[in-house]
Amino acid sequence: MSNVFVICELEDGKVVDVSLELLTKGRSLANELNCKLEAVVLGKDLKDIEKQIFPFGADVVHVGDDERLDPFTTLPHNAVIVELFKKEKPQICLLGATTMGRDLGPRISSELFSGLTADCTSLEIGPHTDKKAGKEYTDLLYQIRPAFGGNIVATIINPECRPQMATVREGVMKQEICDANYKGKVKTIDVASILKPEHLVVKVIERHMEKSKVNIKNAPIIVSGGYGMGSKDGFQLLYKLAEVLGAEVGASRAAVDAGYAEHERQVGQTGVTVRPKLYIACGISGQIQHTAGMEESSMVIAINNDPNAPINNVADYVITGDVNDIIPKLIKAYKKNTK
Amino acid sequence: MGLKIIVLAKQVPDTRNVGKDAMKADGTVNRGALPAIFNPEDLNALEQALRLKDKYEGSTVSILTMGPGRAAEIIREGMYRGADGGILLTDRAFAGADTLATSYAIALAIKNMDYDLILAGRQAIDGDTAQVGPQVAEKLRIPQITYAESINSVEKKTVNVLRRLERGVETVESPLPCVVTVNGSAADCRPRNAKLLMKYKHAHTVTELQDSSEDYIDLTADRPYLKIKEVSAADVNADLNWTGLSGSPTKVKSIQNVVFQAKEARVLTADAYEIEELVKELIDNHTIG
Ligand SMILES: Cc1cc2nc3c(=O)[nH]c(=O)nc-3n(C[C@H](O)[C@H](O)[C@H](O)COP(=O)(O)OP(=O)(O)OC[C@H]3O[C@@H](n4cnc5c(N)ncnc54)[C@H](O)[C@@H]3O)c2cc1C
Ligand SMILES: Nc1ncnc2c1ncn2[C@@H]1O[C@H](COP(=O)(O)O)[C@@H](O)[C@H]1O
Repeated sequence: MSNVFVICELEDGKVVDVSLELLTKGRSLANELNCKLEAVVLGKDLKDIEKQIFPFGADVVHVGDDERLDPFTTLPHNAVIVELFKKEKPQICLLGATTMGRDLGPRISSELFSGLTADCTSLEIGPHTDKKAGKEYTDLLYQIRPAFGGNIVATIINPECRPQMATVREGVMKQEICDANYKGKVKTIDVASILKPEHLVVKVIERHMEKSKVNIKNAPIIVSGGYGMGSKDGFQLLYKLAEVLGAEVGASRAAVDAGYAEHERQVGQTGVTVRPKLYIACGISGQIQHTAGMEESSMVIAINNDPNAPINNVADYVITGDVNDIIPKLIKAYKKNTK
Repeated sequence: MGLKIIVLAKQVPDTRNVGKDAMKADGTVNRGALPAIFNPEDLNALEQALRLKDKYEGSTVSILTMGPGRAAEIIREGMYRGADGGILLTDRAFAGADTLATSYAIALAIKNMDYDLILAGRQAIDGDTAQVGPQVAEKLRIPQITYAESINSVEKKTVNVLRRLERGVETVESPLPCVVTVNGSAADCRPRNAKLLMKYKHAHTVTELQDSSEDYIDLTADRPYLKIKEVSAADVNADLNWTGLSGSPTKVKSIQNVVFQAKEARVLTADAYEIEELVKELIDNHTIG
């Protein structure tokens, strides 16, 4: 039976958010396809790990528990998963678009000759007609992703090759417990029989992991605030908007100087340059030193009570008014129009 | 101990300047309609290669690029900055390749070359996939190290690399040969060197020479370094079932433009209805949601 697989990633013994989000998505895809959802977890000391996964609706959790699978290196993880997939023949395999997923995914897909689509923003099931070959396909995975620096959205399919593989960034899909008492099966992977010396040639010499830092540089959506937010408290409104949109919070230098936000969030000439697909500038006047760091954003929405603020010249949408009035309306409208 | 280093570099459309006609009906990129640049992270990879060349006497850096004829520009650009030469992998049969078909062709070309280390950019800005590096490694059955910030050393046939991960850094070691993909956060590439620019500005592929005017003087006879090698699908014994569109498991089913053509901003008031209409529009065109 050909099922939906999610490769789960761990951090300090916990399944990371993006994997739980993918399990949630995987569950709904499996429902639609009328098949099972299976998870794969590799690492060491994995006793009871399935308890974190079952509530998200996994019917089977494949556990590979071995010293040599932690810390992550590509080759042993690849070997174990390729072996598993040759046996299980998944129709779909989802991974987080993390440094691990984007390292491992391409290697697996190359070895199995299955296509892989990176950084999908949406996954759907649908049919496809190949007119040239006169073929009809049903139940394909539509792998929908922005391409071309966010200028287009492409729907990618792999009609012939299995598994259909996709990576998805953290925060793109919703995370939802399916049933706190959901019970599946645990299957133990015989890692020792798979790993060979040639899989273990890459060695991690040293690691320094930090608590997650602000990373606005790669955020697809940035909600940025300026001096016009009025105070550090005023900035809280931006965090609320960012949370519902899955965005990061940026800031102008005036806002940083005034202590409304940390320096790592500063956008502009003396801050970071960002190119998100959407940049929402709230209470930012838009001096050149600021716009230099954000004008390559695919889309800019400017919210300012001054109809002649220079930021409006680089904006695609201008909302004239008070941030304290408009931002809550944006949040409300967004919540109302998404599931 | 000299190292033989191959840098995988791609000529990419500058996705920061995308117009309406950027995509063709079959879902592939209309490269002609866009300015072509050296993929930014491939320049970071080139810099790491050049640093190794500076450090380990006798090392050579060779650029390998797959693309249309004009991608030879990338090789010249690399030579102006210190690469020793390059190979252009070009053939109609490669057109429309996804990352897997690209990796297949590149790996075949590499098999005909001498190498210790293969450097690639982390990802190309046209596709943002970050797949070709690891897939080339797999096709060659050698280890891969992704997200490199610096290549610290290559001693005793072992490369030592600092990687940047989401939440930290990690130092790893791999035996040679291996593939290393380099992050944009690594050191910037050195600029063109005026002397090298003079030396290599007449470096060309055979096709470029044939296409230029008839009385063009072929300088490559006594200056072999001016010859950029061109390699076809047949030269690398490519199985055409595995190249180009037919060798690509992923297909583009459809594309949707999300560019807002209006340069003129749309002005809205703080009215709740107007704001909701905007939000709906952004959800519909996949900007949010
Ligand atoms: C060498 C140099 C380097 C610099 N580098 C940077 C840099 O990297 N990044 C950067 O950002 N700046 C930088 N600056 C500073 C830059 O010139 C501006 O001073 C700064 O960007 C202004 O920040 P602001 O727009 O938040 O503040 P202001 O210019 O004070 O603008 C506040 C805006 O908020 C609006 N506003 C006020 N109240 C409200 C409200 N209730 N609702 C809606 N709108 C409201 C106002 O109309 C105004 O447009 C640099 C300057 C120099 C000289
Ligand atoms: N056509 C190509 N020619 C040479 N190198 C390439 C090509 N395509 C991709 N690469 C290399 O692989 C890296 C990742 O590309 P991508 O998987 O497309 O994001 C790039 O940064 C290049 O180093």
